[in-house]
Amino acid sequence: MVKSYNRRFIRIKEKLSSAILYLIMSVITLPIILMYLMLFLQSISEELIGLMPTRLTLNNWFFLSDGYIKVPGTEGTFYPNFYLVAFNTFMLALLVGFLEVIFSSLAGYSLSRYKFKGRTQLLALILVLHSFPGITLLIALFYILNVIGLYDTLLGVIIVKVALDLPLGIWIMKGFFDGVSWDMEMSALVDGCNRLQAWWKVVLPSVRNGLMAVLIFGFLSGWSEFIYILTFISTQRYWTLSMLVNALTSSEYFHISPGITAVAAVFYMIPVVMFFLFAQKYLLRIQIASKGTV
Amino acid sequence: MPTLGFRYNTSRRKSYLAAFLVPSLAVIFMFFLVPVLLTLLISLTKMRFSFRWEWVYLGNYVKMMHDRWTPKILSNTLLYVFSTLTLFNVGTGLLISIITNHINEKVGAAFRAIWLLPRITPSTVYALMWLWAIREEPSALFNWILTSLGFEPIKWLWYNPPINWLVIIAVNGFVGASFGMIIFTAALKSIPEDYIRAAKVDGASTWQVVRHVELPLMKWPIMFVTAYQTLSLLTSYEYILLVTDGGPGLYTTEVWALYSYHRAFSQYAGGGELGYGAALSTILVIIGLIMSVIYWKVFRLEELMVEPKIED
Repeated sequence: MVKSYNRRFIRIKEKLSSAILYLIMSVITLPIILMYLMLFLQSISEELIGLMPTRLTLNNWFFLSDGYIKVPGTEGTFYPNFYLVAFNTFMLALLVGFLEVIFSSLAGYSLSRYKFKGRTQLLALILVLHSFPGITLLIALFYILNVIGLYDTLLGVIIVKVALDLPLGIWIMKGFFDGVSWDMEMSALVDGCNRLQAWWKVVLPSVRNGLMAVLIFGFLSGWSEFIYILTFISTQRYWTLSMLVNALTSSEYFHISPGITAVAAVFYMIPVVMFFLFAQKYLLRIQIASKGTV
Repeated sequence: MPTLGFRYNTSRRKSYLAAFLVPSLAVIFMFFLVPVLLTLLISLTKMRFSFRWEWVYLGNYVKMMHDRWTPKILSNTLLYVFSTLTLFNVGTGLLISIITNHINEKVGAAFRAIWLLPRITPSTVYALMWLWAIREEPSALFNWILTSLGFEPIKWLWYNPPINWLVIIAVNGFVGASFGMIIFTAALKSIPEDYIRAAKVDGASTWQVVRHVELPLMKWPIMFVTAYQTLSLLTSYEYILLVTDGGPGLYTTEVWALYSYHRAFSQYAGGGELGYGAALSTILVIIGLIMSVIYWKVFRLEELMVEPKIED
């Protein structure tokens, strides 16, 4: 009797403690969920009282028909065309992603396969740079871009992003190449491929996951970039979505509806959400390899 | 290595090697290594946007020591790094990974996925959500919740240092927690199930399992996260720039890295001093270099640098 009573007591206690765990987890996660919900609701409502829309509407989305953000009470706009900005963002992200994949897979392969003088030192340098915070170099980078004439160009931003992300990319790719068996590659060489062909036809396909991880990392890193655009770009024509969303954040002074700002932000989130839903294993892999931004 | 049927001639192999490394090394040299040196050099000048090299040697560092804001910025930075690190990057990260490890696995994974979202959200969108959530009107998200629960609405961004810091720490912390969460979760998953089952059979409660089995095994991951995130927090200012821009008022939430940015690039008084900004940055660059080397030594990263398995 006593024993079964005890067991039931323990089971109740277990259930209770598990309920407490769910409760704590829900409470601390709630702010995140509510904020994303708020952003989305704002994009489809006229006005938002807390999380209650006064009226649901799709009006906020209509500016996407031509991408022109009109400032009420004036004939003009303060903002560049939305689609130009979106195109800039996309090109920047794509180029950063592809350049990082190409550069880091070449270098990662070389570091994984060849023994040469200075290899250890080079690996040490890349490891140290990989945990070094590149953002502290902003002023020097600003100087260099001005001197070589790449200030106020997206190319300048792209090169800077690639350079600062590369140590991480090289490190990830080297790890993947280390895992490819040398025998497989050797047989390709024996079959008459040269080094480059063996790399392209045999090695690269077996590190597809690494390539995807670096590509997605580079794309998202370029897609979200803010500080380097803010500092290295002065012409609105070269704005990316981060600059537009930042400008729209304070747009209420110009009576632009928060709904429009919300639409721009939701649009900006689309690729992020896609990767979040369909490519989480790559994102996790990168988060572990990277030092994390904050 | 067994003798292979043929050998490459060395010069041809070397040319491939060079070709493969050149693009990466060139950009890393030009836009990573040179800037490290340049930051140091610019910090010895009075450079402004004309980019003239007017040498003042250690003048900027002397100025830094007499800068009336230095003590304030320094204490802000320590407060920011320490609080965010303990409350969120380690504290919340640990809490999430332990809880999600003890509840239904799928639900736990979903919770962890949600926590990853702030990290991959563009900083400007993330800041926008916060700025809307903490607006002072009772209709704004957080005040709406507070008033529905019977509390007074809070003026989050009016001058009130404890509240302002709470905002800054939370904004950064909700991003920062996920790094620790991932590392800690990986560590927890690597604990053999037998350990936990054995403890449960002996009648240990969930809390006792956490306290006596899991936490002692987390010492190393906690050290790792602490070390890495200290440097990240020390040098990051993007979210502070976007949410309070160091305000409200004079330098209420200004941290060292942001101060450097403001002195160099602000359009207001005190801005445009690239030389002084670079001197402030140099301090961070030096701390960054030292800590990067320490990580490499302490966390035995050189074990990752094993010899290639291939021919010489």
